[in-house]
Amino acid sequence: MTTVATNTGTAVAEREGRGAWHTVKLILSYGLLFLLAAAFIYPFLLAIGTSFKTLPEINQTPVAIIPREFTLEGYQRLFGFNVGRWTINSAIVAVLITLGNVFFASLAGYALARVPFPGSRVAFLAILGTMMIPGIVLIIPMFIILKTLGMINSYSGLIVPKIITAFGIFLMKQFFESVPRELEEAARIDGATPFQTFFRVVLPTARPALVALIIFSFQGAWNDFMHPLIVVTTNKALYTLPLGLALLRGGMGQNLQWNSLMAGSMLTTVPMAIIFFIFQRYFIEGISYSGIKG
Amino acid sequence: MAAATGIKGEDRQRAIAGWLFMSPTLLIFGVFIIIPILFALYFSLTDWNGISPPGQANFIGLKNFQDTLIGGGIRQSDFFKALKNTTYFALGVVPTQTALSLLLAVIVNQAWLRFKGFFRTTYYFPSITSSIAISLMFLFFYQKSGLINQVLGSLTFGHWQSIAWMADPRGLVHIILEALGVTIQNAPDFVKTEVLGLTIWDWISGPSIALMAIMIMNTWTTIGTMMVIFLAALQNVPGYVYEAAQIDGASAWTQFRRITLPLLRPTLFFVITLGLIGTYQVFDQIYVMSGGGPAKTTLTVAYLVYRSGFTNSDMGMAAAIAILLFIIIFTLTMIQRRITGSEADV
Repeated sequence: MTTVATNTGTAVAEREGRGAWHTVKLILSYGLLFLLAAAFIYPFLLAIGTSFKTLPEINQTPVAIIPREFTLEGYQRLFGFNVGRWTINSAIVAVLITLGNVFFASLAGYALARVPFPGSRVAFLAILGTMMIPGIVLIIPMFIILKTLGMINSYSGLIVPKIITAFGIFLMKQFFESVPRELEEAARIDGATPFQTFFRVVLPTARPALVALIIFSFQGAWNDFMHPLIVVTTNKALYTLPLGLALLRGGMGQNLQWNSLMAGSMLTTVPMAIIFFIFQRYFIEGISYSGIKG
Repeated sequence: MAAATGIKGEDRQRAIAGWLFMSPTLLIFGVFIIIPILFALYFSLTDWNGISPPGQANFIGLKNFQDTLIGGGIRQSDFFKALKNTTYFALGVVPTQTALSLLLAVIVNQAWLRFKGFFRTTYYFPSITSSIAISLMFLFFYQKSGLINQVLGSLTFGHWQSIAWMADPRGLVHIILEALGVTIQNAPDFVKTEVLGLTIWDWISGPSIALMAIMIMNTWTTIGTMMVIFLAALQNVPGYVYEAAQIDGASAWTQFRRITLPLLRPTLFFVITLGLIGTYQVFDQIYVMSGGGPAKTTLTVAYLVYRSGFTNSDMGMAAAIAILLFIIIFTLTMIQRRITGSEADV
């Protein structure tokens, strides 16, 4: 009897001790997480606020979010630099690259996953090999070939080299490997050709993978800076948003007009942010997926 | 007999389909990756300036590589300066972002935690933002009167002396040594010995304030991606493993060290590899924020490739440095892979 009582007593004491520890853990964890969240959110809010301030006010209060005197001066100056054109260029380039990626990566991914053709192993290894070459290493070779083909300062130069990525092919290959074979066999027994099987039967099942691919391709193309930088050397009408912004900053020298630079940063960020908030689930799933596979 | 021909015909049809499906990929990869690499290998052996027709370039053998690695001139010192800066960058950023993102992932993965979606979204958001936009934002924050100095000021109750982050070339190790009373004037003579174009004193400088500013920004940007990768791996660990450990009386720390960490090992090494490859390619941020300055302390190898080819019109040299950079990244990845392989077997 006494033993039982003691045992219960210890258990209660233990539970209370754990309760106190639990409270500390709660406070520490939430404290850290919210503090960090502030460190991630505040910079964006400050950038938005600054984009609506006048230049003198930015100098006086560089860390206040809400403008005392609300102005569109930063945006107006920016549109004087033809930022509208940059935005349209970014959209055209990102949409076409995304479409290309979706179409070609699905084809290649399906072939590598499911169509036994001679040389598929070699093709697969070659693509795997190109994935190991860092992008920065390729800028010189890319410039050389674009110059040779006369594609410098052209839309085709901005788009065509990026229209297929090894990443996209892998994403689609992984997905198609998980599609049940019975589906294709049923189509084949019904007399469908490999093309019909792919377009009518397999591709419609690939929606989640395609959404992930669309998001990552669009994000990559919309934010890309290095490729436009080497392709567009003189023709200002071809500037994309990141390229135009970076060169605008360079052109300002020491006299940086922060409201315009923040306005440009926000114009670059907001469209991606909207897409992100709509398709959030797919972003996270996609990155987890590629992460585990890598 | 008829059946056999049928199968054969089907095989051929599938082989054709396979190659047709692959043909756009092979064409684009061939024209824009494989052939250009062969071109670059050739041009690294020439003095092509990138402007005149490539056919007019002179073949100069291994001169570009010699100048870079053992030339003794500014090309050698610039390359090793860039390599030094890039290495400090990686040494600072990779461990920090890995540790912080793992810590965050473990906390966000706790069953009792609320607002999970909010935290995950918030931390991940910079990963989807343009590097140029983020660089411009931080350029603004790093001004002398900017956000960073003000926050540090309030955290230290006004004891923080505002610095012009992006204009400060002083190295971290030099600053610490100076605080201990050691300067280039009273340091032992051997530190003035030149090794690979830089004095020992220069080699040990540590990252400059300007480079550290970019390192902090880079960590801030990438933590979210790494956290999401860790989270995915953590969610694959079945809950009963921890329940069993709890019944055995294992503390939270023991559980983390004995269960979580070993199970996360492949992911951990993946994240480190990703970090290494990323940090050795830092370019956009340098282009917008510093252009390699002040005093070349933010000159990275990736930026040197660009500067040689497009600013200094020395495309042959740029091709040579790009090849060296590839070898460096490839070697690091292989070392990393070897460690992963042997460690994962344990």
